[in-house]
Formats: sequence, structure tokens, C-alpha cells
Amino acid sequence: MIFTLNGKQESLERPLNLDALVAAKGLCPDKIVIEHNFNIISKEDWAKIVLKDQDMIEIISFVGGG
Amino acid sequence: MEDLLTLGGCSIKSRLLIGTGKFSSYPLMKKTLEAAQPDIVTVALRRVDAGSNADNILEYIPKACILMANTSGARNAGEAVRIAHLAKASGSGDWIKIEVVQDNKYLLPDNLETLKAVEILAKERFIVLPYMSPDLSMAKRMADAGAAAVMPLGAPIGSNRGVKTRELVEILVREIKIPVIVDAGLGSPSDACECMEMGCAAVLVNTAIAIARDPVTMAKAFKDAVSAGRAAFLAGLASLGSEASASSPLTGFLRNETH
Repeated sequence: MIFTLNGKQESLERPLNLDALVAAKGLCPDKIVIEHNFNIISKEDWAKIVLKDQDMIEIISFVGGG
Repeated sequence: MEDLLTLGGCSIKSRLLIGTGKFSSYPLMKKTLEAAQPDIVTVALRRVDAGSNADNILEYIPKACILMANTSGARNAGEAVRIAHLAKASGSGDWIKIEVVQDNKYLLPDNLETLKAVEILAKERFIVLPYMSPDLSMAKRMADAGAAAVMPLGAPIGSNRGVKTRELVEILVREIKIPVIVDAGLGSPSDACECMEMGCAAVLVNTAIAIARDPVTMAKAFKDAVSAGRAAFLAGLASLGSEASASSPLTGFLRNETH
């Protein structure tokens, strides 16, 4: 199964929900926001979203900017 | 009476908005913000790298500041709207600086796509501040579409060249009913002072502070310059003349009067 994470294709051997994806990527849940197929998913719902083939995921956080 | 700027329904004390990019460290940025005490601070959004242990920038921004996310990276209105939604979901509230840029050399804004984003986001009750080229008819349209202020550039982002757009910004100041905030290109406190003397409501500065040898002191210098320029504007600047107008009596009292 192939999905796109932050513009790059990644393959997945077993189904993964967003909670598990965040953990697998070593990210701190409090600092990020996740968009799944152009929909913003609130943290409470991360466990409910299981990645499917061709899904598009964006994981975003604040940085410095003017 | 205190001279406050009303923006997005808030009373803003500091007319110096500060951007958080390009600081050499978050602790230094924090010290700078604590010294300059801006009411409004801008941040950006970026994709997170796997395994990123970067600190959360929000922990280094004083809690009293209003966070204004920018839509940097957007190339059209749709992307700007998408970034605004992500920013809100990330906890930056309703304030959004629209920045739509397609030109990577000069980073000049796309006014048409910016206007489209303003129309959409103002309807969604965001407090929208568009970064734009100083064009009068576009600025009027931005105001009609519900922008809280317009933010014309002084010069290309990060160029430190000053208010090269002065004549056009002055027209906006005269003709536009919402606040005019000069954003981008201001390289020195005197540039910021010049904007305020012209009657701009505020300025937004990032690079000139962040990359100074001593950002804390530079931020204070900008703050003082903004206050001085604002005071001069309120006091009413004297008009320009093409000939001298004596400020001392010219009577030649040491000479005999000639008949």
C-alpha cells in the first residue's frame, strides 16, 4: 500500500491509524496538526482514521516566519 | 489619552509587529520579543520532518502576544485558505496574514489571488491582513472584501531596502479607510520611523531585527523609532518649502538702517 506523506510517497506493509503513524515517525502529538485527504483531523479522531492506499497526509507545525 | 490601534476588534498598543523567522535560536527570539513587547507576532507553518525533535516555537512566544500565522508557501488562493485552516487548527486563532507568492526571485505578492483568499477567509470570520503590492484599487477591494488592514510591501521581503514604494503607500494611507501596515523590506529603524511619519498605522519587521548582530537592542531601536514616527505624525509635520523661511528675526540690529 502506497500513501503520500508531506509530498513524498511511502509504502506501508500493515494498516496504520494516525496515532500509530505519529508514533512511528517519532513526532510529538502536541506540536502538530494532521490533514488527511485535505480534511483536518482533530487529535481525538486520529485513532479512527486508518490509512488506505493512495491517501494523502500532511503533518504540519508552526515555525518562525514573518 | 492613550494612542491605541484598533485592529480586528482589539486595541493594539504596539505599532511594531514582529516576525519570528531567521532568528539564530528560539531563546534569542524570546528575549527579543520580551524586550520589544509586540502585541502581534507572526509565525509560519511547515511540514514536519520525521523524527523531528525541534522545540515548539509557541513556547518561546510570550502568552500575551496575538499570534498571526502567515500563509507563506501558498501559490494561489486555495492554498492560502488551506494553510489558514491548518493554522487555526494548530492553535493560532483567527488572525491570518495572507501571503500568496508565485515569484521566487522577488517574492512579490499576487494581488489577485490574495484578494480571492481575503474574500473567502473574511466570510469565515478570520481577521485577515493581506500582504500586497501597494495598488490603490486592489487595496480598496481588499477593504471591501473585509480585510482588517492592508499590508503593502516597502521593498522585497528580507531586502532591507526601505520604503521604496513610498509614493504608492502614501496614496493608500490617504485613500484607504482601514489601517495601512507596511510589511517587508524595512531595513533600519529610520525606515520604520518614515512609515509612521507618513501616517501608516503600524509596521511589520522581521529580517532587520532577527539578523542584527544584537537583535534585542535592534528590536528596541525599532520600537523607539516607531513611537517617534507616530508621535511626529500626530503632532503634524511641517510642510516642505522650496525656499528658506527664517526661524530667527532677520532685522539687522547691528547695522544702521539705510534710507
